[in-house]
Amino acid sequence: MNRRGFTNKISLAAVASILGLEIVYGHRMPKGYRPLGLQDPDPFKMFHKDKEMVVLNNKPWNMEAQAHLLNDDITPNKYMFVRNNGRIPENIEASQWTLTLDGESVKNKKTYSLADLKDKFQHYTYQLTLECGGNGRSEFNPPAKGNQWTVGAVSCAEWTGVRLRDVLEDAGINSDAVYIGYHATDTHLSGDPNKEPISRGVPIWKALQDETLLAFAMNGEDIPLAHGFPLRLVCGGWPASTSGKWVNRISIRNKVHDGEKMGGTSYRVPCETVAPGSKVEDSDMCIIESMPVKSLITYPKSGALIKQGQTLNINGHAWAGELEVSKMEYSIDFGSTWHTCSLKRPKNRLAWQHFNATVSFPKKGYYEVWGRATDTNGKAQPMVLPGWNPKGYLNNACHRIAVKIV
Amino acid sequence: MGKEFQKQVRSLSKSLLSFLILILVLFGGLYYWANHKSKPEITEIPLEVSSEDYDKVENGIHVATGFIDDRGMQETIQNCTACHSAKLVTQNRMSREGWKATIEWMQETQNLWDLGANEELILTYLAKNYAPTDKGRRQNLEDIEWYELN
Ligand code: HEC
Repeated sequence: MNRRGFTNKISLAAVASILGLEIVYGHRMPKGYRPLGLQDPDPFKMFHKDKEMVVLNNKPWNMEAQAHLLNDDITPNKYMFVRNNGRIPENIEASQWTLTLDGESVKNKKTYSLADLKDKFQHYTYQLTLECGGNGRSEFNPPAKGNQWTVGAVSCAEWTGVRLRDVLEDAGINSDAVYIGYHATDTHLSGDPNKEPISRGVPIWKALQDETLLAFAMNGEDIPLAHGFPLRLVCGGWPASTSGKWVNRISIRNKVHDGEKMGGTSYRVPCETVAPGSKVEDSDMCIIESMPVKSLITYPKSGALIKQGQTLNINGHAWAGELEVSKMEYSIDFGSTWHTCSLKRPKNRLAWQHFNATVSFPKKGYYEVWGRATDTNGKAQPMVLPGWNPKGYLNNACHRIAVKIV
Repeated sequence: MGKEFQKQVRSLSKSLLSFLILILVLFGGLYYWANHKSKPEITEIPLEVSSEDYDKVENGIHVATGFIDDRGMQETIQNCTACHSAKLVTQNRMSREGWKATIEWMQETQNLWDLGANEELILTYLAKNYAPTDKGRRQNLEDIEWYELN
């Protein structure tokens, strides 16, 4: 990681000569930029990820799973998607880590060491579904900008930590509190030390839920660096951007948190549905809260060739943001008929649920197995893309896999 | 007996001397290495490609960045790969207005500098090479890798 500091010291002229080109408008380029050509090392090794993970962006690191990699009940680190808005912090000292509670609506501004948090408050462990708000963005038409996630920006790991509520109450919450906002130690891509890459939050009612954690462990171990070591806010069922990584400050706000990526088109969708491609005013955009009902067929991998007469066992997971999934179905005739899957209850609230079914096919040919989950409010996944929005959030269209009977 | 002893002493002092010289050279070398070790690091600049390779274009694609080789590519590389990699650019598809709005968004919120006269070149390059295509409401499953199950 020292290498990074070193490369930062190379002058623009040196970089230009290395790249063999003159940097026009180089004088407008602030110091500290590392133009392309100065590449980063092997992400799979660095983050302990499986080789089948797909890198969408190497600077900042953004990586997603493929559906068949997500077959485990509890997602291991190696298959967990990585979403970064800025640069991953370097040289983290867990023994020096602190969390400060402040904001307009905190009774007593307080700072806790990581050890304080662990000692003072009771520990809880929950399986929590974290899905990137932009999972499925690649399908929108007209295209929506940002990382082009397909289906793999979702995970359900086991998180251990203290309840955010317990810590908030220890510092004291004034009656005018409406929101909490997190602040973290990742740094802006431009290298500007005064700029946060992302600082989002949740309404106070979400912050006070039993399952909303300040987590220090994932799957029984220290949280991996790319997922927020040593402290992460985890708000299951909401866009994963609300689950701030490397958190060192929580502000209790008397208004909707106004940190980076809380406004504009970031993590917001038109309050009223719009025609695809519409221009939407900022004032007509609303913050995404719970993620919608969705499911993924994680076995078999798409592309299975099966001998005629054989049955196929399928399985996967379904989740519904704040809600539970009440029904899971599959179809092999593009939605003409649906069949019920067997569906497990969640391990705890906000954990994804596992389903399976045995599928038989009437004759040879090309099939698609489509999955459709329905939540406890009776809302089912659409077969086509849901409402278009400028940044391509909330695509919960049915997942499908291709199968050929030969 | 006395001669024999003198001989032994001489050969001992000889080997002692050579040992001393060896130590001197060793420590001298170590000292030099320790004090000048920043030098070899220069050769460790993590370049994926050397300067001669940097301009390499294969099948119309600039190998080092993945950009489509066309007029305006150089300016795009120079101005659009400082904060994030080219991958964040090349995975997107937008109309000219869309690209312009994205650039303005980065200028207003993400510290992107004024592109000056290059803006026109970059916009034309992006709008031509990274334009949206109509995908409809749901696409076919593509790139299926078929395999035998069981
Ligand atoms: C000063 C830094 C900087 C420079 C230079 C820069 N960008 Fe960006 N750009 C950003 C940041 C920060 C983001 C947000 C990254 C994220 O969320 O992962 C971004 C995001 C994007 C996105 C995704 C948009 C979205 O809504 O998420 C595109 C496309 C993009 N940049 C294109 C470009 C192009 C084209 C150029 C050259 C004209 C450029 N960038 C130069 C900082 C920069």
